[in-house]
Amino acid sequence: MRKVYNKILSISGNVITVKASNVGYEELAEITTQRGKSLAQVIKLDNDLVSLQVFAGSRGVSVSDEIQFLGHPMQVTFSDNMLGRIFDGAGNPRDKGPQLTDNMIEVAGPSVNPAKRIIPKRMIRTNIPMIDIFNSLVVSQKLPIFSVSGEPYNELLARIALQAEVDMIILGGIGLKYDEYMKFKNTLEEGGALSRSIFFMNTASDPIVESLMVPDLSLAVAEKFALKGKDVLVLLSDMTNFADAMKEIAITMEQVPSNRGYPGDLYSQLAARYEKAVDFEGAGSITVLAVTTMPGDDVTHPVPDNTGYITEGQFYLHHGSIDPFGSLSRLKQQVNDPKSSRKDHRAIMDGMIQLYAQFIETEEKRSMGFRMSNWDQKLLKYGEQFKAQMMNLTVNIPLEKALDRGWEILADCFTTDETRMRTELINEFWPKN
Amino acid sequence: MKPTTGKIIGVSGNMVTVSVDGNIMQNEVAYIIKGNERLKSEIVRIGDGVAFLQVFESTKGLTIGDDVEFSGQLLSVQLGPGLLKQIYDGLQNPLPELAEEFGFFLPRGVEFKPLDETKKWPFTPAAKVGDTVIAGQSLGSVPEGIFDHQIMVPFTMKGEFTVEEVAKAGDYSIVENIARIKDEKGKTHNITMSFRWPVKIAIEAYKEKIVPNDPLVTQARIIDTFFPVAKGGTFCIPGPFGAGKTVLQHVLSRYSQVDIVIVAACGERAGEVVELLREFPELEDPRTGKTLMDRTIIICNTSSMPVAAREASVYTAVTLGEYYRQMGLDVLLMADSTSRWAQAMRELSGRLEEIPGEEAFPAYLESRIAEFYERSGLVELSNGKVASLTIGGTVSPAGGNFEEPVTQATLKVVGAFLGLSRDRANARRFPSIHPLESWSKYKSFIDPEEIAASRVMLQRGNDVGQMMMVVGEEGTSNDDFQLYLKGEFLDNVYLQQNSFDNVDAGTSKERQQYVFNMVNRVLKTDFQLDDKEKARGFFNHLRQLFIDWNYIAMDSAEFKAQENAIDTLIKENSGNEKGL
Repeated sequence: MRKVYNKILSISGNVITVKASNVGYEELAEITTQRGKSLAQVIKLDNDLVSLQVFAGSRGVSVSDEIQFLGHPMQVTFSDNMLGRIFDGAGNPRDKGPQLTDNMIEVAGPSVNPAKRIIPKRMIRTNIPMIDIFNSLVVSQKLPIFSVSGEPYNELLARIALQAEVDMIILGGIGLKYDEYMKFKNTLEEGGALSRSIFFMNTASDPIVESLMVPDLSLAVAEKFALKGKDVLVLLSDMTNFADAMKEIAITMEQVPSNRGYPGDLYSQLAARYEKAVDFEGAGSITVLAVTTMPGDDVTHPVPDNTGYITEGQFYLHHGSIDPFGSLSRLKQQVNDPKSSRKDHRAIMDGMIQLYAQFIETEEKRSMGFRMSNWDQKLLKYGEQFKAQMMNLTVNIPLEKALDRGWEILADCFTTDETRMRTELINEFWPKN
Repeated sequence: MKPTTGKIIGVSGNMVTVSVDGNIMQNEVAYIIKGNERLKSEIVRIGDGVAFLQVFESTKGLTIGDDVEFSGQLLSVQLGPGLLKQIYDGLQNPLPELAEEFGFFLPRGVEFKPLDETKKWPFTPAAKVGDTVIAGQSLGSVPEGIFDHQIMVPFTMKGEFTVEEVAKAGDYSIVENIARIKDEKGKTHNITMSFRWPVKIAIEAYKEKIVPNDPLVTQARIIDTFFPVAKGGTFCIPGPFGAGKTVLQHVLSRYSQVDIVIVAACGERAGEVVELLREFPELEDPRTGKTLMDRTIIICNTSSMPVAAREASVYTAVTLGEYYRQMGLDVLLMADSTSRWAQAMRELSGRLEEIPGEEAFPAYLESRIAEFYERSGLVELSNGKVASLTIGGTVSPAGGNFEEPVTQATLKVVGAFLGLSRDRANARRFPSIHPLESWSKYKSFIDPEEIAASRVMLQRGNDVGQMMMVVGEEGTSNDDFQLYLKGEFLDNVYLQQNSFDNVDAGTSKERQQYVFNMVNRVLKTDFQLDDKEKARGFFNHLRQLFIDWNYIAMDSAEFKAQENAIDTLIKENSGNEKGL
């Protein structure tokens, strides 16, 4: 039996300090307050003073509450029984199912040896043309959805979860609104995907410290499943809340802030999570899709900015659709070449975007009152069709159908040579009637 | 003497405070003993009986009272034959060997030997008994790939030495003695093929540093012609995410005409290193016929690996670069990204509770950056040979804004600034080096007056382009419009380069001189084009011919044919060709 301490020296924010010995850095403790039991994690050791962040928050913690150290760092259960279950940020069930305590695994484990990584080669089909054609999602990719409050980013995430060709889905909710959480749950339930999903859900009304644990729990479980051969898709929403929670703790701990109050290690902390995305040679994989809301729609804000340097591209979600310009999948070249995809894939991808860029220019000219030429009229027609039949997020068709549709749009708006497509492709794919 | 030991009295992140019972020195390496694990760390501050250590590994589970052993050594790397082709982490642990032993994940508290101590190298002696030698002079050599790896008097040895014995030609491992030398006081020293050197101290076992003058041919046209880098010089590549830093960096490490390339992947995505790891062993180096990996060392401390080791990784890389320079070779070091290195310093500084400077970077940020780039240089060795270490660093400025401490501190000390632009990247103009904002203090192999003239053309073309946004094409004169088209032409056919095309990706010096002449001829010609539609059509056609020309190998028959087609088109449309 480990010793119980019952003298808290100070409480500041969600951080408490006790006098204790033989405590490991990042070890867990259990604190019993009048509100019940909560976990706490050691975040600083200074001689015999131990600082802990209390997962449930320090509200209602009294100086004489009992603290018992558990002798191990943060852990989470791992078994097939987790499928279809919903847990909170401390790893406890938040559905009515039983507590799972078998086969506990360590979270935030070591990073993958770069020498063991392989060049990713498999596309994940989502049936969303803006992703499949223009910025293909690739197994083991880490990709954020940059968006702003009010945009349907969680709907997009839920749709990708439903339609993506993966073995299982792990959803980490960080500071989600309760109704968004329920929407996720209902969408996956209706789509019949709940039984291959695991939720780690921290809602906006749950303790903020627990939200810090959500990515680590999700990724630790994902890693174990991936090592057992599963292709796992990890969805995280919203990583800006995660960064804000880190900021809160850092300020409480009186760390020197670097940029807009965020701690200096924001980049390393985000990278430690995103870099868990991996394709294990001879086993499964982890693909990470994360929502990052941009405060004030500002991509230079520290959270999206640091994220952009870490991830392999980004999807911009603007005005209800995926923006064809800023969005980028850095790995798409690996899967859209003629060997891995249909041979018109790259040509459609480049050609349609170039024409769409010209449409945008034409629209600007029109709004400035310049006269519209015949060519401009064609572009305007093309732009509208592209928006309605490709960019619209309700469009739900497989890649090959989407490529065919691309040709149909081109044929409807332009003559063959106006598209600048290679003759060989035109002969094969241009609609005959 | 008993090594100094200590006990942990505090842990905060990767910073550990230790009470110490004996002599310690700043930047000494210490090991925290946790069961079977030995966690490597470095002293970064010393207080009264207390050492502050930055730990190169995760500090999870460390406890007050854990034992610490001090090594008495500064953080150092092992130098000797066998470094080439290696993939090291920031502390010179070989990653492939770690993977073989431990599988997918990086273990904690494990140190591997950087060089194979069992491998036998065929040694050829050069020094003779009775010779007088100093640090850095060669005693003999072993073949390492295509190079003669010089076995030198260790740089740590001060003064003059007399050679007492040199091993006969034959096979030796790096731990066997290959020479015995006597110092001025009569003490003898045994020399092996390998020795250690502290990474944070520059190797200066050469005669003198000389001013870099000769261009380093990178085969990137916009760099070599407009913003050249000198052998032994420094350059930086700042740019926002998505501007193509990594691709440019890969192109430079692939096509640069140097002997050895050292890539320091410092705090960036692991996926990018994987491309190097998997592709370089497959790609042929046109200069040697061997694979690119044969001339490469990769130091790989990616973003999720421990942050303190990230800080060390750039020093490890530059030390290896200096070592090969001592052998008379031209070395290029690419550090990607120095911002991550600076952030590692910032994290450490924060843990030490130092008074922060701008954006919480430590006050010594500038001097550290200057110190790092100053380790580059063109040097004359004691045997009269000239060798160079060129350093290029990418910078990842927050928000893509160059007005931030790391970019600014870097600009003060580098010789060339290759600023990447998000606008150019969005417009798919690669490499996205901004032709109007970038600069270089080095000399190009193309006449500076011609370059100045074409830059003026580019600037004026750009001005006209800006103006046309407001007044439309209708409000622009024909002459101005032609100027605009010429600027675009230069940009399209010369500044932009397709790094995915085998021919276009690397343009030799001769080809650059040849093609630039042709481009320049277009820029200087007054074309007889009376209306805008005709002008646009002509330049579109010319552009297409030029781009196709770029894709044709210079020694082929088609090259000449394409050149003739271009020549004909120019002649058909020019009234008078000025300056020719």
